[in-house]
Amino acid sequence: MSDKPLPPVDAESRAYWEACNTGRLLLQRCAACASVQFYPRVLCAQCGAVSPEPVDASGHGIIRTFTIIRRAVSAAFDADVPYVVALIELAEGPTMMSNIIDSPLEAVAIGAPVQLTFERRSDAINIPQFRLVP
Amino acid sequence: MALKGSTAIIGVHDTRVGKVPEKSATALCVEAVLGALADAGLRLADVDGLVTCNSMAQPHMYHAEMVAEYLGLKPRYCATAAAGGGATFTVLYQAALAIEAGICDTVVIAMADSLRSGLSREAAMVMQSSSGHAQFETPYGATVPGYYALIAQAYLHAYDARPEHFAAVAVSGRQHACLNPAAEMRKPITIEDVLASRLIADPLRLLDCSLVSDGGAAVVLTRADRAAHAPHSPVYLLGAGEGRGHEHISQAASLTQSAARLSGERAYAMAGLSPADVDLAQVYDCFTPVVLIEMEDLGLCGVGEAGDFFLRGDGAPGGRLPINTHGGLLSHTHPGNPGSMFALTESVRQLRGGLGERQVADANVALVHAQGGILSSHCTVLLGTEATL
Ligand SMILES: [Zn+2]
Repeated sequence: MSDKPLPPVDAESRAYWEACNTGRLLLQRCAACASVQFYPRVLCAQCGAVSPEPVDASGHGIIRTFTIIRRAVSAAFDADVPYVVALIELAEGPTMMSNIIDSPLEAVAIGAPVQLTFERRSDAINIPQFRLVP
Repeated sequence: MALKGSTAIIGVHDTRVGKVPEKSATALCVEAVLGALADAGLRLADVDGLVTCNSMAQPHMYHAEMVAEYLGLKPRYCATAAAGGGATFTVLYQAALAIEAGICDTVVIAMADSLRSGLSREAAMVMQSSSGHAQFETPYGATVPGYYALIAQAYLHAYDARPEHFAAVAVSGRQHACLNPAAEMRKPITIEDVLASRLIADPLRLLDCSLVSDGGAAVVLTRADRAAHAPHSPVYLLGAGEGRGHEHISQAASLTQSAARLSGERAYAMAGLSPADVDLAQVYDCFTPVVLIEMEDLGLCGVGEAGDFFLRGDGAPGGRLPINTHGGLLSHTHPGNPGSMFALTESVRQLRGGLGERQVADANVALVHAQGGILSSHCTVLLGTEATL
């Protein structure tokens, strides 16, 4: 287990983090306007309709943008330097932040296809991560 | 409501900046208040509004009230900006509205902090770690430069731009700082120097990043009819506008265009001005790529053209449109939340005139723009001399 930050799970995100524990990434789909969103909310941020439904992400996406962190945010990340922080455009539409792990640094590029994986950070928390599609 | 020209800035003051360990953040704020009042030819008793921003080094839940108590003031209008960047101009805008609405007559806006001397390394780390969404961003270990680097990388990709375009912003800012005796960084730099500085978060290098400083500044804003008696020429608020997109960068609809477009349009409309009327601009420069995006969104450059604008020297001293004439956050000073205040005090001094070799010729209209969050919350203000009313 690492000293890296754990997400402060709240009542509205519990289902999301529980799904992560079983290796699933949950998005939300609005029954009224069909838009898909990330992160989980109690309403659709496009139209305001309440209770968007959880849907499983396919796990496919592309790198929308990225950076290589050369100076870690805290000591817990020192051993990872240099590490990639990216915005992933999911196949379903929404964007989420992630690291790009287990991938050659020089191959990380905008537009590169990536695949969902998970990083076990604590007994309770499984962090969604992405790696380059080989 | 006709806000254009109904209020004016009649006093300004900057404290010493850089490393100022002999003064607490509160003392710097108090110094800024008293200095700006002296510049305006006013006394504390003339003040019925006080606006501050919270300090990271000496935070208070009721910061402005704390400063008012320290000064012995009992203001009718009192507000604390919770953040820096665009929030600084938002509270200026709101203070002008309060004056226009008859709630108060004379507001001192004073902001100071001791980021360099008053913040422990641990506290600075906590501050940095707390930016970003605690559940959906922070676990990935991005730094503040890292969040902005995401924008920088997207900009390079979208416009086929080069790191030289970012570097040119830093060089231009430094050229201005070299003419500003108060600036922290006064050694000239070249594009090569910027590109040779160490990578912090690709593609951002050390010299693409702003400073970490102590310091503060204040302005005195009053009703236009009261401004006539001030010792210096009043500088009028011509227009202001706000714009907001996302809060977290992972939720941004665009990584290369921002709500500066909205704040700019609203400010120009209120002032009855267009980008072509602007004689000088102070454009928030926490990191170099931010300036390029803001310049384009504010209509001061064509889309994707701001990098070439700076490479040509158009924003440098004597250029077509001088940008960040004090040296900006990159080379003048950046004490955190109060950073935008120096853009304001510099603009007032430019419009008063008489700045010697730093003076922008025939300066009548100044634009100041700042953003906060990660390109999230924007505010644009247009200031002008009496000739622009
Ligand atoms: Zn909807």
